[in-house]
Amino acid sequence: MTDSAMQPPAARATAGAGTAIRTEDLRKTYKTPRGDVPAVRGIDLNVPSGELFGLLGPNGAGKSTTIGMLTTLVLPTGGRAWVAGIDVVADPVGVKRRIGVVTQNNTLDMQLTVTENLEFRSRFFGLGTREATRRAHQLIDAFGLGDRRKAMATDLSGGQARRLLIARALVHRPEVLFLDEPTAGLDPQTRVNLWDILGVLHDQGQSILLTTHYMEEAEALCDRIAVVDHGEVLAAGTVDELKDGTGADTVITVRYEGEVPDGLAADTGLAGRPGVGKVETDHDRIRVFASEPDGVLGELVAAGARAGLTVRDAAQLKPSLETVFLNLTGREYRE
Amino acid sequence: MTSTTSTMTPPAGDAGRPAAAGASTGPAIAALITEAPVPQPTLAKTFAAMMAREFRVLRRNAVGTFTRAVMQPLLFVFVFTYVMPKIGGGFMFGGASTAAGAAGAAASSVNFATILVPGLMASMLLMQGIMAVTFPLVMEFSWQRTIEDRALAPVPIGVLATQKIAAGAAQAFIGALIVFPIVLVVHAAGQAPHVHVTNWPLLVVILVTASLLTASLGLLLGTVMDPRKMQMLFAVILLPATMLGCVYYPWAALHQIRWLQYLVLINPMVYMSEGLRAVLTPGSAHMAMWAILTVLVGGTVIFGYLGARTFTRRVLN
Repeated sequence: MTDSAMQPPAARATAGAGTAIRTEDLRKTYKTPRGDVPAVRGIDLNVPSGELFGLLGPNGAGKSTTIGMLTTLVLPTGGRAWVAGIDVVADPVGVKRRIGVVTQNNTLDMQLTVTENLEFRSRFFGLGTREATRRAHQLIDAFGLGDRRKAMATDLSGGQARRLLIARALVHRPEVLFLDEPTAGLDPQTRVNLWDILGVLHDQGQSILLTTHYMEEAEALCDRIAVVDHGEVLAAGTVDELKDGTGADTVITVRYEGEVPDGLAADTGLAGRPGVGKVETDHDRIRVFASEPDGVLGELVAAGARAGLTVRDAAQLKPSLETVFLNLTGREYRE
Repeated sequence: MTSTTSTMTPPAGDAGRPAAAGASTGPAIAALITEAPVPQPTLAKTFAAMMAREFRVLRRNAVGTFTRAVMQPLLFVFVFTYVMPKIGGGFMFGGASTAAGAAGAAASSVNFATILVPGLMASMLLMQGIMAVTFPLVMEFSWQRTIEDRALAPVPIGVLATQKIAAGAAQAFIGALIVFPIVLVVHAAGQAPHVHVTNWPLLVVILVTASLLTASLGLLLGTVMDPRKMQMLFAVILLPATMLGCVYYPWAALHQIRWLQYLVLINPMVYMSEGLRAVLTPGSAHMAMWAILTVLVGGTVIFGYLGARTFTRRVLN
């Protein structure tokens, strides 16, 4: 193969201009013997090309089902979706030609070596034998797998396998790269290493959609985020927009020894105070959303003492995706 | 391209210096995008690449795969066409040829080795077709769902199913070719099988359609089998299919047991054995060719269609 076969980056940038992912009221309901189970209940996304977009939500929120529909392996039961401008239901092969997918499971070909995994994937995507070998070695070097070239895929460590999965998803220079929980189960060092890799890809204009249940991952990597829970998008935007959008910056939570009695929240006198947003009672705790958190904790402790309740613990969360999630769902984030 | 690759920094290991790894491999990662080849996938190229992958794996495991496969027919012909005639003076297989002989005058001169040649080849086809398709498929659907790897290749899922049948058929075909010389040469003096091929194209047609039939059956089984009940496959499918598949006796000889002769007609294995019997050992009684070809082709179409349908349903949620 010659260099003329390489598409110049400039041409790629133009070709990539537009929308990477768009969905309209995308739905998936699984039919089970115990009845219909809605996994995704009408999701609207719009991800421009070149963006690193995150679907953030707890396990079971519908993230993997959404990524499954976008990558053509899960058939939607309602709504529509386009990837790289192509309808995922009408032309799944067209979509598959333009996407790279890093699955949550280790789906490496266990019968093949590291090099063969990349070579055959390249050939599945139409590269010639020699071209495929060269691409494989380019990927192996870039992903730091040089000393594992001839290792069987079964013999890789978790981090190595994950890197090979990402390398494999890039063989054909996909227009959109999907990663389903790319760092789940990895040690912190390997995770940061993968963040770096994704950062470099993003800098090169690679469109990326990733799902994660790690708040800090979404916050560290993503241009924009959709917070997903129970199959719905609760909020979407940049991290800053999401924080601003909630109208409450800091969350102060106090947990008492027993159930919070009616009227205790009112007794604090916090509701309606300038700089204080919502005051929520939840079983044994009171949660206050405040842009001016000073003194709030003291009021909560004092009010509890007046009602004869001892404070078990207290927490003050600085504005973060976690506070956004709390505000949107009224529930603490479960990873 | 070459120059860029050569200037890449040495790779960092997993536990090495992860912070530096990101920084040092940055340009190399970036080059993956700026210096990427432009893929031009076509259905034919992808299909060929998938077949190449199957042959790479088959070649790697060839010795183990075919050693396991050959042991059973090898020992079978050794015991029944070498050991038994020597120790028993042929008392047993005089009976066998009488039974066969009762089926028709043509069969009276046929010895057991002659019956076994097509029978054991057909049995090899069935074993290999199922080993090559069913077992890997059950693995791919369970555990980590590695099937998703191949499912993301740029072809319709139906093509993937077709490719699995093609690869399984190829392995079955090779298996039959390997077993042929073994069943041909292993026998006691005077017990040689009478193999006489008069119609080579028909032999190829029978071998190919029988291979496709067994691989299609393998695909269907692989998509409907519960992985926890794989042991049942031997007891409930493979063993009855072989024992009642006219491997060890010609179908015509079953006329002594009418109900069984009709019952075994539901067994696709019968048509594989009889088909090979018709083209390899025309001296022995065999079923009519039209019936054989109808079932081999029709069975392939039906099992292939059903297998591809359940396969697609299981790949796409």
